[in-house]
Amino acid sequence: MSEHAIELTVNGHCHATRVEARTSLGEFLRDGLGYTGTHLACEHGVCGACTVMIDGRAMRSCLMLAVQADGAEVTTVEGLAEADGTLHPVQQALKDNFGLQCGFCTPGVAITMACVTRDNAGVEAPRMEDALTTAMSGHICRCTGYQGIRRAIRQLAGAST
Amino acid sequence: MNVQAKSVGAVRYVGTRQPRKEDARLLTGRGQFTDDVRMPGMLHIAFVRSAVARGRIVSIDLDAAREMPGVQAIYTQADLAAVPVQMLSFFFTNIESPVTLLADGRVACVGDPIAMVIAESRAQAEDAVSLVEVVVEEETPLVTIADAKTGAPVHPDRDDNIAAEMGDEDALEAIQPLLDGAAHVVSTRIRHQRIAPSPMEGRACAASPDGAEEMTVWMGCQSPHLAARYLAQALGMPTGAIRVVARDVGGGFGLKNIPWREEVAVVVAAKLLRRPVKWIEDRFESLTASSHAREQDVSLSLALDEGGRFQAAWCDYACNNGAWPMGEDANIAVHMFMWPAYKLPAYGFITRGWYTNTMGLGGYRGPWAMESLVRETLLEKAARKIGIDPVELRRRNLVYLTDQPHTSSMGIPVEDITPGECLEKLMANIDYAGFRREQAEARKEGRDLGIGFATYIEPTGSAGSMAPMTGETVQLRIEPTGKVVAMLSTHSQGHGTATTMAQVIAEQLGVAYEDIAVYEGDSAIGAFSPGAAGSRQGVIAGGATWRAAEMLADKVKVVAAHLSNASVETVTIEGGMVHIAGAPEMSRSIREIAEIAYGEPGRLPEGAATGLEAQYRYQPPPMTMTSAAHCCMVEVSAETGFVKILRWISAEDCGTVINPGVVEGQIAGGLAQAIGQVLLEDMPYDARGNPLAATFKDYLMPSISDVPDFEYLHANTPSQTIGGMRGVGEGGAIVGPPTLVNAIADALAPFGEIDELVLPLTPARVLDVIEQRDVSGTRAHLDGADVAAVVEETNPAEVVAPVMAAGIDGDWNMVLKTPMGPQEMVAHFDADGAVVSGYLQAPEGRQDFSGGTLSGSQVKFEMKVEKPMKITLKYDLQFDGDTVSGKCKMGMFGSATVTGERV
Repeated sequence: MSEHAIELTVNGHCHATRVEARTSLGEFLRDGLGYTGTHLACEHGVCGACTVMIDGRAMRSCLMLAVQADGAEVTTVEGLAEADGTLHPVQQALKDNFGLQCGFCTPGVAITMACVTRDNAGVEAPRMEDALTTAMSGHICRCTGYQGIRRAIRQLAGAST
Repeated sequence: MNVQAKSVGAVRYVGTRQPRKEDARLLTGRGQFTDDVRMPGMLHIAFVRSAVARGRIVSIDLDAAREMPGVQAIYTQADLAAVPVQMLSFFFTNIESPVTLLADGRVACVGDPIAMVIAESRAQAEDAVSLVEVVVEEETPLVTIADAKTGAPVHPDRDDNIAAEMGDEDALEAIQPLLDGAAHVVSTRIRHQRIAPSPMEGRACAASPDGAEEMTVWMGCQSPHLAARYLAQALGMPTGAIRVVARDVGGGFGLKNIPWREEVAVVVAAKLLRRPVKWIEDRFESLTASSHAREQDVSLSLALDEGGRFQAAWCDYACNNGAWPMGEDANIAVHMFMWPAYKLPAYGFITRGWYTNTMGLGGYRGPWAMESLVRETLLEKAARKIGIDPVELRRRNLVYLTDQPHTSSMGIPVEDITPGECLEKLMANIDYAGFRREQAEARKEGRDLGIGFATYIEPTGSAGSMAPMTGETVQLRIEPTGKVVAMLSTHSQGHGTATTMAQVIAEQLGVAYEDIAVYEGDSAIGAFSPGAAGSRQGVIAGGATWRAAEMLADKVKVVAAHLSNASVETVTIEGGMVHIAGAPEMSRSIREIAEIAYGEPGRLPEGAATGLEAQYRYQPPPMTMTSAAHCCMVEVSAETGFVKILRWISAEDCGTVINPGVVEGQIAGGLAQAIGQVLLEDMPYDARGNPLAATFKDYLMPSISDVPDFEYLHANTPSQTIGGMRGVGEGGAIVGPPTLVNAIADALAPFGEIDELVLPLTPARVLDVIEQRDVSGTRAHLDGADVAAVVEETNPAEVVAPVMAAGIDGDWNMVLKTPMGPQEMVAHFDADGAVVSGYLQAPEGRQDFSGGTLSGSQVKFEMKVEKPMKITLKYDLQFDGDTVSGKCKMGMFGSATVTGERV
């Protein structure tokens, strides 16, 4: 297997290392760098659990090779909260509304929500709610029946205006 | 009634939506799931699996795989056989099929594990797996239940493909006249598809051999205690030699009740290799090679009188057990819980589980849920046929509180259930008449709306009648710092037990919720319990925690009273402060009392133990019933067959609600799975035994757009348990499917009946009804593959056998096939002319009988037993030389077969 040198920033930290060409970004973040908050649940790009932020965009880390992230700025679920531990508003909204149970799909859900709320900052509540709900159709949660996620979406939409 | 309410915890925690204690780590990526566990030198496992459904293994060529970089070992069953293993069911009984960890000479389903490759990385292990050459002499597989009835046995050492059988064909003789003579008879047939449980985290296991007889195992399981006990028993290791840790688990839903072949193989590999190893199931394996669920073919007929009152029912149930079920299963619980909520005088059934060359049957949320689906859908079909409103039909037949105590047609005592009261609460909160008007208006516009109902009861918090279903232990202490620590045998795969148990403690102890730390998820903590199995943790662990906290509060009060020279009755605890009535200056913090209790024993009352600790193990009543009534409203598109769920209202009675957010989360999760079952999910097999859904693109999981906002009504009738809780984990998955099917059937009523319900109800299958033709191709497929199930006739040919020359006196090894697995025993008979006496000796003890009869070579005798409930066993045995066979009628459990031979 060919190895390649890559350099990327994860949650503000610089990592320069070598990685096999075939290693997915998700595997690399978990096994190579120890960011085990990113969860691989289907590895087919369907369930959304492995979603991370790459240069500001929500991407499936199972469908992307680590070498493709060379030079990228990556944010994983570990990087969402403030340095002092204050939860990101999407984390707080999920917590306030019982938006998670087992928590396995949650890292991807939180990352996507963080991207959508940032991209739509300032829009009217119904549009924010619509944007978040549409984005959530790309995430599978087996536990909650999406009830808490919907309530979290409404809380985030209400706070956006 | 909480007598302490006056003296402890003025702040209410029980019944409030406390934020979950689990969320902080799970939301920030700091959870610890099994794949997050890394040990120095840990190796990675990947399995070689069969691509063929049935056949003899001719050869396994490992040479090329062994040459691959990073490969440390490759094991086949020949290697694993060095460690003797006896696989067990959830009931800790031996699995009957000849199951081994890896295929032993034959493969019996696609996905059967054949070899395990252990390498330095997962990728290297997978590389090597792809180079293992397995040659199988392929045989024609049995895929469907119909195949199983006629095909050669899946397991060559068995006579047929009946994996388990219960019930009594003879009972049809009594039921048939009631059906024939009734004013109305309504029948239905349901073919339930195969479900892949699909937790978001697949199965996972890591094992590290620590010392000669110690093994630390991290496993995605539903109870570390049960997993540890299972592993120790299956591997013949001393109890305590295995510690199972499961900090975070990404969903279980019954699939992870017990360790199965792969998890046990991982532990054996760690033993053989003396290295830490890890196996993480990928999604392809999770869908095709984790145990499956449901796949049933069920027919039910119900007789009603002129007034719509139930008279009698007969059910023929068949379930695909696959090749390697996690316990052979005829699903007796379907029949036990089909009718207790209704007044039905007579019920009979025959129920069978069938072996096929498909992945084995495992547990899945509400394993007996078919009882509600088949009953409630049949009931609404009957309502349409007779012309009675479906709610009114239920009202005429439900067992209301005023009808209790009641005894079900199978002899189950029925009390403390509220399905009728839940239905009334539901009806009071929906505008039923208004919906019917809206529906009529919509029909005129060509829009098809439907409303469906379902009522049900569910046994929860079961304890004391089955080996794994036990009480719960709580160890509680107040640290010298005043903080409270609880050690529990519970496990959360999303259940939020740390949250709910902390709420109970906060309220009963009078401390702040934030000051309580709950430790669970480790077999080294607490004592044995089956964790999340059978909707029980809130009921039993909740009760244990409730009482332990009361005991600890009492201890604090005794110390405080002594320190203040006051009487215990004057002491109150609130918000972490201990007050003496009438002496505010004597108030102390719990911390101050704890410091004294630990550090200044001389200031404690005479003879009092130091520290502040309490431990309680709660053994609740054998069963606690939960009831519910649900209503769903849908719009069905006659053009596309697409079903849109408009509203869904749940009225459930789970007694004391500790945390409404958690309870509603359980209901909602179950309902989402119900929606998946009814509309989307399907794990089909082709004729060659290949599973056809290999990714989440093929296996359709419900997404946010498939699940509506649910509305909840809580009835809150306290149960008889400490705290008054009732279980709520499985209910949504049980009552959900009939609720939705009934709403769709109501919308489709003008077009026709769903004659035979084949799940899932895809748009094409909905169009079958709308267009009254086989749009989906389901009919053509089924008619080509199966004939209608018939009730098999027994052949009670009266042959008078000669009296056995060898006699029956002496000891016989007998096996009784019970719903809880096969029970081995030694039977002793003494015949005195035609009168027989003797005893049955089992590991649980010996029980004598007398007054039996010997007629020819037939012996009949009766025996009363207390467990799992009071029933009379009626044995009817036929002796033939040195063998004996026959059956045992077990009251409500139907009848079970008996086989044996002379000792």
